[in-house]
Amino acid sequence: MTLGLVFNVQRYSVQDGPGIRTTVFLKGCPLRCWWCHNPESQDPGPFVHYDPARCLRCGECVDACPRGALSLTGAGVVTDPGRCDRTGTCAEACPAEARTLVGRSASAGDLVDEVESDRLYFEQSGGGVTFSGGEPLLQWRFLAEALAECGKREIHRAVDTSGFAPPEILLEVARETDLFLYDLKCMDPALHRQVTGVPLEPILDNLVRLGEAGSRVEVRIPLVPGITTDAHIERSAEFLAPLPGIQGVRLLPFHRSAREKHRRFALPWLMVRDDEIPGPTVERWADAFRRRGMRVHEE
Amino acid sequence: MRSDTVNARVAKLVEESMGADVRVSTERAELLTAFYREHEGRHPVPVLRALAFLHWCEHKTIRIGPHELVVGDRGPAPKAVPTFPELTCHSVEDLRTLDGRASTRYRVDDDDVRRYERDVIPLWRGRSMRDRVFGHVPEEWRAAYEAGVFTEFMEQRSPGHTALDGTIYREGMEDFRARIAERKARLDYLADPDATRKGEQLDAMDIACRALVRFAERHAELAEAMAAGEPDPSRRDDLGRIAEVCRRVPARAPRDFHEAVQTYWFVHVGIVSELNGWDAMSPGHLDQHLLPFYRRGLADGSLDDERAKELLGCLWVKFNNHPAPPKVGVTAQESGTYNDFVNINLGGLTPEGGDAVSELTYLILEVVDDVHLLQPQCNVQISARTPDRFLKTAGRVIRKGYGYPSVFNADAVVAELVREGKAVQDAREGGTSGCIEVGAFGKEAYLLTGYLNTPKILEVTLHDGVDPATGKRLGPATGAASSFTSFDALYDAFETQLGWFVDVKVKVNQYIESMYARYCPAPLLSVVIHDCIEKARDYHDGGPRYNTTYIQCCGLGTITDSLSALRTHVFEDRTVAMGDLLEALGRDFQGAEPLRQRLLNRTPKFGNDDERADALMQRVYGSLLDAIDARPNTRGGSYHLNMLSTTCHVYFGTRVGATPDGRRAGLPISDGTSPAHGADRHGPTAVCRSLGKMDQVRSGGTLLNQRFLPQVLAGEDGVEKLTALVRTYFRMGGHHIQFNVVDSATLRDAQANPERYRDLLVRVAGYSDYFVDIGRDLQEEIIARTTQGEW
Repeated sequence: MTLGLVFNVQRYSVQDGPGIRTTVFLKGCPLRCWWCHNPESQDPGPFVHYDPARCLRCGECVDACPRGALSLTGAGVVTDPGRCDRTGTCAEACPAEARTLVGRSASAGDLVDEVESDRLYFEQSGGGVTFSGGEPLLQWRFLAEALAECGKREIHRAVDTSGFAPPEILLEVARETDLFLYDLKCMDPALHRQVTGVPLEPILDNLVRLGEAGSRVEVRIPLVPGITTDAHIERSAEFLAPLPGIQGVRLLPFHRSAREKHRRFALPWLMVRDDEIPGPTVERWADAFRRRGMRVHEE
Repeated sequence: MRSDTVNARVAKLVEESMGADVRVSTERAELLTAFYREHEGRHPVPVLRALAFLHWCEHKTIRIGPHELVVGDRGPAPKAVPTFPELTCHSVEDLRTLDGRASTRYRVDDDDVRRYERDVIPLWRGRSMRDRVFGHVPEEWRAAYEAGVFTEFMEQRSPGHTALDGTIYREGMEDFRARIAERKARLDYLADPDATRKGEQLDAMDIACRALVRFAERHAELAEAMAAGEPDPSRRDDLGRIAEVCRRVPARAPRDFHEAVQTYWFVHVGIVSELNGWDAMSPGHLDQHLLPFYRRGLADGSLDDERAKELLGCLWVKFNNHPAPPKVGVTAQESGTYNDFVNINLGGLTPEGGDAVSELTYLILEVVDDVHLLQPQCNVQISARTPDRFLKTAGRVIRKGYGYPSVFNADAVVAELVREGKAVQDAREGGTSGCIEVGAFGKEAYLLTGYLNTPKILEVTLHDGVDPATGKRLGPATGAASSFTSFDALYDAFETQLGWFVDVKVKVNQYIESMYARYCPAPLLSVVIHDCIEKARDYHDGGPRYNTTYIQCCGLGTITDSLSALRTHVFEDRTVAMGDLLEALGRDFQGAEPLRQRLLNRTPKFGNDDERADALMQRVYGSLLDAIDARPNTRGGSYHLNMLSTTCHVYFGTRVGATPDGRRAGLPISDGTSPAHGADRHGPTAVCRSLGKMDQVRSGGTLLNQRFLPQVLAGEDGVEKLTALVRTYFRMGGHHIQFNVVDSATLRDAQANPERYRDLLVRVAGYSDYFVDIGRDLQEEIIARTTQGEW
């Protein structure tokens, strides 16, 4: 049995695939997208997040830590990273949820039990489970196990992926996946490497392979101010139009709240612009896909 | 903003209605007082009541407003609200309070106050129902009432909660009179010792029929006179048509759509003027009642959709022009609103069990969307056999954020009614009225008697029967909290206290029911509710086919979470001693914030699909059923429990100190059967799963508020997912769900700039209200509700 590292289970997810879904967020991601909405997912291990605004300065965490890694100062609780073993004993002791453990271990069976609580909603709405992240393929053994368990229990399975993974792993997971939500972040290879930290080519190759293997894929394109351009959209549309298996394209709006999240988790914010992309521009981009016969979902 | 699809006439009526101030009219009180001074003692009570109503019908100021097609008001002008001094006689101070208070103000003219003081108050002071009830109640009742353990509905309004079936569209008042005469002929004075009393009731009903016909005739006469002087030919035609309609109905059965709408309205005005019953009066399944007239009109060319919507729009404005009677004191706090709780049922089932959604149902939803006033409110009844198209159409209206229509599970409603003992056809013809209460429309008196503050009962339990706010003993001594060696021992004490307070309340309820039966019969209402004529008994005296008494239990979320906190932290984890916890509660957690945070964040709470908390909810619900369900009332029926709170959870919250769930003193307790504020952290599917574990079929209704951000419901996809959420909740046995679709920023902006949000309707409890009209504490309460989508 493999244990997975999960950092959130969100019920009544209405934007991660068809119907009412439960989205399971797995930790770890090889990408470092500048606009990442879940920056807490990037670190592949668990960590304790500290929110000084919620902290009561009660010191219960300091007393609870078996390794003496914490001390109470005027500015709140300070952690000695060398001593912290990231087990979250302090988070368990904290009454105010100022300290929270990001990432908990779960077996596939327990996780799917939790997911299955909403079975009736899935059945009613044509929904199911979506595994997201981070990059869920990073925990592919656990992912495959959880997907197989969902399959056994007849729960519709979606996997939300960047597509950045060894092809054999992706195809292995594809055997237990009913729908991929597949990100296409940028069609300029140099820019892609710059803003995501990984090369574009394997992602495009994997998308072709998935289609050829008979997988159903919804392509998701984040609309990022200053990065998404007409040229990028045109090239995406041209690339996708002839591919088999493409169910449609979803244009994802940019969330300004990502900036705040980066600040909270002390990660650098490299985005230059955070203005909203105007509606007519979004419409023009949507048309680029529609013109080529693809279905476009907007949000 | 209202769309441009609204008919010009209706738009003008809406404008007039929105612009009218709510005011007190003393006309009814003065007519009644003069009549009683002359006639009291000359007639049996039912006949006296009926003659007083006839006197009112004969002498009240009547009016036909410009543009109106549907006529008749209970006051002399739109939004002029009469008083009912025979029930509660407002003092001069009460009237000044009504005129001066910041929210739900009722304007009162100085001249009226003077005449009230001179003529009305001297007759009724000390003999109104309210004075007589309060003069009678035992000390333990008064102590619990004043401490906020429960409220009493019947101290300012009469027993009500009435919705009609389709009878009035098939039988006119002349037909009812024939039935009354036929019944009277069958009275057996030789063998039936009650024959005299029955004869008096039947006489009173007959007079009430005549009175309502006279009321209509006076409108016909006025319309004819106005037509004669009307220069505009099109308005002259309107007035001629009004006169024709008022000559026909309600004396005889309506023949067309216009007459059917006017029939309902005359009956409505009559019933809400005869007495001021709670929850006014509702048409019931209006779409089903009007359908034959609609179809016939379309077939013979006398009606088209535009005209049907115009007439419905005229009716809608009439509802809005009739705010709730003015309430004072605790009753104003438990139900502080102009809304008189008219709640129209759409869709659902036919009496035979078929799907009742018709083309007229959709048309009425359009009117609801176009007009969207404070009143009338409506709900959609969704059965397993209701098409998704209808639920989705309703979802598109819900999404606009008026707070209505609310959504009911028609199959659960039928099951609840059948469990209470109704025939299945009567149950299907029933539905929900007021907020969420089930009733067999046209055949039942289902009376709400007041709210029960369950967290307060726990608080008293934790203090050995004493109210910690005053030090006064309210309940039996069940032991000091620190003496409980187990959670079960604590729970047993809670059950003992609960039983005590329910007994105290029920004893007084029984007295009040009998008082109404003897001194305040409602002959007109008795005419239109089956089987009052056949039984020759009044509506208040067991005349209806079914007779139910409800006690409304409040704070299920707060008490479940509080018990869960006690069990978890005091009895299981033992992280805090009972004495220390009580001390912290007494200080409202001052200096004990870590403890409060632990209680808030480390307690299994209701609304998260968490078995530990949900099983406790089931246990509390079971105790409430044991204490209340199936007790006999005075009218041949039973007590049942109902799970709504209206605005009473705010009032009750002010009477409860800090609670073990981490709630601070004075803040609202949880509303209806919703989770406590902020307790539910896993989204709406988890909330509905928790609620699904409640055996709702054993209640007379539950109430679930959900607040959604508009973007969660955006697009067809959003509507489809909302539909699926509702369907799934109903598959799990849910009775009701309602949605506030508005974001916190908008509500904050409305607080800061009320003038820009005059028509912002929000769901309060089982009804919507204008956000800018409700008190600040209730505004905060609504903003504090967990919002699905704000993650």
